[in-house]
Amino acid sequence: MTLAPTRADDVALVDLLDRLLAGGVVIAGDLTISLADVELVHISLRALISSVNKLMEQ
Amino acid sequence: MSDHSVYLYAIGDAALADSHVLAETTGVEAVPVRTVVEGPLAAVVASVDRDRFSEQSIRARLEDLEWVEKLARTHHEVVDRVARNHPIAPVRMATVYLNDAGVRELLGDHRSELAATLDRVRGRSEWGVKGYAAPANEASAAELEASASDAPGTSYLMRRLAERDRAAHRRERVAEAAEKLHQEFAALAVDSRVYPPQDPRLTGRRQEMILNAAYLVDEAGAALLAERVNAATDDELRLELTGPWAPYSFTSLEES
Repeated sequence: MTLAPTRADDVALVDLLDRLLAGGVVIAGDLTISLADVELVHISLRALISSVNKLMEQ
Repeated sequence: MSDHSVYLYAIGDAALADSHVLAETTGVEAVPVRTVVEGPLAAVVASVDRDRFSEQSIRARLEDLEWVEKLARTHHEVVDRVARNHPIAPVRMATVYLNDAGVRELLGDHRSELAATLDRVRGRSEWGVKGYAAPANEASAAELEASASDAPGTSYLMRRLAERDRAAHRRERVAEAAEKLHQEFAALAVDSRVYPPQDPRLTGRRQEMILNAAYLVDEAGAALLAERVNAATDDELRLELTGPWAPYSFTSLEES
């Protein structure tokens, strides 16, 4: 286990998405991207990442 | 500049306007970041192409993994860089305003909540702790020995049932230990938040994630947390510490 600070470019995308999709100040910008869409992204990501993993296993 | 929109990264003190960190930072589409100041608050923003950052365009590109990853990483790089030097409240990814006036209005309208949020994270940082249960085939030597010494007459089915029982018990034990540790870590923190465990397909690990939590701590709290995480990790429950993070998990505004 490392106790050294994590560098920004070392951050796992999945850890980042936990925070970027569920954290942060949520304010209605002039453009609104609804949470439902964000959920959709997470689902697509899962699907995509698993297909990428399968490709890499081949 | 009617062909530009304003992408919002984070909100901080008005002093951000004089920060050398901002002067050296570029964000999405390689555009340098700047500040929009209103009263005691400043927003970290960048001008982005209005068409590429329209509602429709963002919506369409949210399905494009490469674009989402790039946006997430760029958003994070800006937030992370600023957060290492200044107290800030990160803003949810892909928040876009039509112009600076809209951002100023936001800072004015939500002044007290935003200031309170900033005060809560001032001098503190977020750390993540993830806990993984060891896979069943890494069961303890004692358990393996126990199953090997079963009476020779024990049927295959009985052995399988016993194995399943042991796995369930181990899972329960590990979950209980993780919950207890979470309570202990939370006591060191100003605030904590539990996220759903990450999918093994996303973590790329065989071990099941049992704990996925974030803690808001001051400097002393961070040192204690690291110490406890290090001490508490064992063969059955492996703990990993990530951070420091900008306080993403602790900046949701109170409903007003």
